[in-house]
Amino acid sequence: MTERRLIPRFAGLFFLVAFLLVVLLVVTPLTLAAQSPSQQEAQPDAQQGGQAAQSQRIAALEQRAADAKSSADNAWMLTSAALVLMMTGPGLALFYGGLVRKKNVLGTMMQSFAMMAVITVLWAIVGYSLAFGAGNSVIGGIHNALLRGVGLQPDADYAATIPLETFMVYQLMFAIITPALITGAFAERMKFRAMLLFLILWSLFVYDPMAHMVWGKGGLLNASLGGRFPTLDFAGGTVVHVTSGVSALVCALYLGKRLGYPKMAMPPHSVVLSFIGACLLWVGWFGFNAGSALAAGGLATSAFVATHFGAAAAAIGWSGAEWLRNGKPSVLGAVSGAVAGLVAITPAAGFVSPMSALAIGLIAGAFCFWMVAKVKARFGYDDSLDAFGVHGAGGTIGALLTGIFASSAINPIFKDPSGNTGPSGLLEGNAHQLLNQCVGVAIAWVLAIVGTLVLLLIVDKVVGLRVSEDEEMQGLDLSQHGEEGYYWETPA
Amino acid sequence: MTKVEAIIQTSKLDAVKEALHEIGIEGMTVLEVRGHGRQKGHTEFYRGREYTVDLIPKIKIEMVLADDMVEKSVQAIVNAARTGKIGDGKIFLTRVDDAIRIRNDERGESAL
Repeated sequence: MTERRLIPRFAGLFFLVAFLLVVLLVVTPLTLAAQSPSQQEAQPDAQQGGQAAQSQRIAALEQRAADAKSSADNAWMLTSAALVLMMTGPGLALFYGGLVRKKNVLGTMMQSFAMMAVITVLWAIVGYSLAFGAGNSVIGGIHNALLRGVGLQPDADYAATIPLETFMVYQLMFAIITPALITGAFAERMKFRAMLLFLILWSLFVYDPMAHMVWGKGGLLNASLGGRFPTLDFAGGTVVHVTSGVSALVCALYLGKRLGYPKMAMPPHSVVLSFIGACLLWVGWFGFNAGSALAAGGLATSAFVATHFGAAAAAIGWSGAEWLRNGKPSVLGAVSGAVAGLVAITPAAGFVSPMSALAIGLIAGAFCFWMVAKVKARFGYDDSLDAFGVHGAGGTIGALLTGIFASSAINPIFKDPSGNTGPSGLLEGNAHQLLNQCVGVAIAWVLAIVGTLVLLLIVDKVVGLRVSEDEEMQGLDLSQHGEEGYYWETPA
Repeated sequence: MTKVEAIIQTSKLDAVKEALHEIGIEGMTVLEVRGHGRQKGHTEFYRGREYTVDLIPKIKIEMVLADDMVEKSVQAIVNAARTGKIGDGKIFLTRVDDAIRIRNDERGESAL
């Protein structure tokens, strides 16, 4: 692919300076505005004697009970946030790192790690505000830029018992892992600075709108806050997996195949690393799904169990399909199956029963195996680490199965004007919801395809996307980072 | 002086080493190599893609010996390394012009 660069080779310095200038220009006026109020003081202890004193004591006790619940919820949410971050680093970093050739292991891991650093800053400056600030049905606004108004006070629209700041940092971890997932599609051939620019823009123009539509105030697809097309997406099947997975496919098609693909054998250099990464993903996913209950109560339990069951059944589904097709169940297949199940159960986690979770997992495991083993080979695209096959496909089928298996007995999400609970999914009698799921999925697909294409074109023109042939042969570790992952050959 | 290069199955290294020590061989170099003769490789599956691995791991032993030791060492290697199946390996013999001991400049057979 010919390079059409407008930015000369001082690109790194250029971006750093541009970034700092933007931060400075944004920080100066906004920090001159008033700060948001801090946490309220606790109620003073009630005094002795009298009817009024009695009701004061009850009020104080109620406050203490509420505080206890808040403490429990906040403890779980902070833990969940940590678990989700662990999914990116080292979970995804190891999972992807093990799948590439030795000469690209560091470059691949660096892509995930870079998201941990860069998306955090972006989120703080403007990302959170665009995703979760008040705005319109498609995007938030800049009212919460620089986290203005995001303090220790809860926001009842999002989570009434935890500080908004906890909610913000929890959501940040999702914003981090989503672009990191896409890196699987262009593994082993994308320039580091191109990846940075592309994923920063992607986070702003694809992730933030999608997150806003499904989870933000006034969002078009928000099932809890009265969106026009309420899409049941408990923990981000559409927001995280469909968007990243479909974007991954677009990237794989745009960037083209790796040199030598598919003739040259490019087996994973360390299935061991991928195994460790996948297991960390499984454990971390409890934070991803059960944490999306935004509280430590029964719904978190439901989501936790559904998540686990989905992963287990999918591992069996994929392994079973592989055993039948290839005669042996591979370890990489088994762990990939578990990941596929986790992806598929993500939109469903807080809406389905444990048995439904088993069914969803089993279906997703077999389906994603077919996508990766058959469909990819038939169409010949080089989705190097199967970001589309697992996340795009798994997220899509999971979102659709959610419309089938969602049960109001698990989560009474739909209530009529008089407060009576209505059916959630198809099996419960709500066939219409499947249509809404389709709308949500379709919007995710369209946003991902259009957004990614436009951004790829821009970044290609400005920086150039793909490394040169020499750099690709040399490997990303040396060409992009000047490092080697394993320095074993040199004697002491 | 003759250089003896023996390519053998990885599982036979210990047996061959012991057999060589028993006949009094004192120096050898062992390398981990990959290769194939008529032995076929195997297929592996990663994410549904089939890979043919046709370079098989082997062990290569290199020794430079005085001419009167060569035939004894060849017999020792063959007896220790043979299984009778394809993949047992091969031995090559080549003439060596000279050998030098780095420690004290000794040359010829006394350097071996």
